[in-house]
Amino acid sequence: MTIDTSTDRAPDLSGEEPTLSEIPPQADNLDALESEAIHIFREVAGEFDRPVILFSGGKDSTVLVHLALKAFRPAPVPFPLLHVDTGHNFSEVLEFRDELVSRHDLRLVVAKVQDWIDDGRLSERPDGTRNPLQTQPLLGAIEDNRFDAVFGGGRRDEERARAKERIFSLRNAFGQWDPRRQRPELWNLYNGKHRAGEHMRVFPLSNWTELDVWRYIQREKIELSHLYYAHRREVYARDGMWLTSGPWGGPSEDEPVEEKVVRYRTIGDGSCTGAVESEAYTVDDVIAEVAASRLTERGATRADDRMSEAAMEDRKREGYF
Amino acid sequence: MTDETETLVRTAPDSGAQVTLPVHTDLLRLATAGSVDDGKSTLVGRLLHDTKSVLADQLDAVHRASADRGMSTPDLSLLVDGLRAEREQGITIDVAYRYFATPKRTFVLADTPGHVQYTRNTVTGASTAQLAVLLVDARKGVLEQTRRHAAVLALLGVPRLVLAVNKIDMVDFDESVHTRISEEFTEHARALGYTDGDVVTVPVSALHGDNVVERSGRTPWYSGPSLLEHLETVPVAPDPHDAPLRMPVQFVIRPRTAEYPDYRGYAGQISAGVVSEGDEVVVLPAGLRSRVSKVDTPDGSVTRAAAGRSVTVLLEDDLDISRGDVLVAADSAPRVTDEIDATVCWLAEKPLQPGARVLVKHGTRTVQAMLTELSARFDEQELSSVDTPEALQLNEIGRVQLRTAEPLPVDDYADSRRTGSFLVIDPSDGTTLAAGLVGLPLTQLASAGR
Repeated sequence: MTIDTSTDRAPDLSGEEPTLSEIPPQADNLDALESEAIHIFREVAGEFDRPVILFSGGKDSTVLVHLALKAFRPAPVPFPLLHVDTGHNFSEVLEFRDELVSRHDLRLVVAKVQDWIDDGRLSERPDGTRNPLQTQPLLGAIEDNRFDAVFGGGRRDEERARAKERIFSLRNAFGQWDPRRQRPELWNLYNGKHRAGEHMRVFPLSNWTELDVWRYIQREKIELSHLYYAHRREVYARDGMWLTSGPWGGPSEDEPVEEKVVRYRTIGDGSCTGAVESEAYTVDDVIAEVAASRLTERGATRADDRMSEAAMEDRKREGYF
Repeated sequence: MTDETETLVRTAPDSGAQVTLPVHTDLLRLATAGSVDDGKSTLVGRLLHDTKSVLADQLDAVHRASADRGMSTPDLSLLVDGLRAEREQGITIDVAYRYFATPKRTFVLADTPGHVQYTRNTVTGASTAQLAVLLVDARKGVLEQTRRHAAVLALLGVPRLVLAVNKIDMVDFDESVHTRISEEFTEHARALGYTDGDVVTVPVSALHGDNVVERSGRTPWYSGPSLLEHLETVPVAPDPHDAPLRMPVQFVIRPRTAEYPDYRGYAGQISAGVVSEGDEVVVLPAGLRSRVSKVDTPDGSVTRAAAGRSVTVLLEDDLDISRGDVLVAADSAPRVTDEIDATVCWLAEKPLQPGARVLVKHGTRTVQAMLTELSARFDEQELSSVDTPEALQLNEIGRVQLRTAEPLPVDDYADSRRTGSFLVIDPSDGTTLAAGLVGLPLTQLASAGR
């Protein structure tokens, strides 16, 4: 690794290409993170009546499911999965979801944004994206099923507002996060007490980085949706990202479609999740690419996080993850 | 870190192949502390930046936000202040966690705000820290705030301290300034119970990068490591073999499936010591005795596992054990008591008043309790104790007596951070009221100030 040795100037913020000659060894670190995540799963199983794992089909939630399987082995996972279906999914992701559920004999609850639009509780946004519309169906499913703890794959390295998030994050009856009212989190003693109507969001991957997640996927040979690996796809450019056409609309007339070799760094609503050009066909390739990347996964491929300087914080306050 | 005695052997369930795993982990958890204008955010920003942990889009965001605020140079603190209110007010509200890695080690950094609510935040950041970096401004030297922070870190049992003497460029890299501050701080740390090997002082300029990642040519009189070199090489964890076994049972795993009709495993994370197949253990608080028949991990059985690992322990005898019980070494059990002397750091707006009914969460057990007596309050200004205060307010530290509805197996915090700590919880709304430390660390601290 090359480090700037000059001592007579302010930090170099020019965004010049860094050289990362070596990817640090991480085996021990992964063991520590795995033990911590398993501890968190078991605490929730011990303290809550109706936990659920929020499952998007993405790599973080797939790792969550893998950790849940490990935490209770040889007994089955004592929680169902909850998928909030925006109706703008990649078909590959739905196939992957169903295959995972059946292979591990899991229970799946699906909350559909389309149902809320059809009966008028929600209306389409002018920009066509449904990602912000997920919050109400999510909270509705939590209420209807009386879930009292909701596991999420959020990591503190993703975004500045998430860096402030606790592992056990209390939400009020409206699902809202109030950063000023967070409970201090001390030692490994997690306080799961909550009042009726409140629920806890729980983030077992809080202390993981994107690279840790990929190294863990490599070590544990976790199968992911194929979208995470390089493949040929028809895409069009919008806001500096490669979007794929689908039921969410686009491309417009001035957005020519091209065929590119791409992969996805995050998987979410198809209307706002972009692909990156990549030749990373295997987990090893992806790790090398992520280690050398100059962009965070969200900065690279998530339009909804670019809306304002505090987009993530604002959505979390509304009840989104 | 890895030598033959520090490994355990793991048998993969399918292949039968034996895998060797180190007990120690190369993850360092550290916390920062310092006053508002000591340059803490800049130091954290510098560490992230110089270890290439800041990516282009994050830097772009800092450039944009700095320009929006009319600043001519990018403000590195914007890298770490994530909330709207923080950016609007230019302050840090709450502890944030940062991640960076070098080829030698990965780091989880609890970035604590330096403003008035120091105790609450320092306690939160310090509870899991293996090391704390305290900042002082070279022009100001060791302040009351520095002494208070060091006292809280000592109270919380943070094993190692680094004093970063920041803005050394502002005193013309003067060796005598660094020596004076270093000596004054080391003497204070010694009074708090640290040995000289636990405390390192480094002259740094967070703004310019001197001695943060690379050693600086502008401090030829300093022969020690850069801050990062020290963080990369400082020993991480005490040897778990030195401590007797403590494992709170989190969850009983009973599959009741055709394949595992009689499986009954006690799942938990080992708090201290080592658990090995064949060990005699005692289950507290009931005091039942048995022997470990098997130690399972999600990847198969192991012959032994050490502190930090999440395992599932099977016993030879069929005992009635449930969540909240603790498996301990048969020859070195903690005391089981319903009268606890403790030091508490009060974290809530609502003050502590003697006689209050609360919940206590210790390990995996939550019990009703009464705060029967408040016998002292720690005066952080004077590093002394004030006898029989009427109440404890937010951010105050005091000595209390608790009576619990059921007996708890407790160690002194000085002997075990995990089994010597507890939460005090408000039974009406679940608020975490206090961090509790079993034993009398407050008394020791107060005597250090005299």
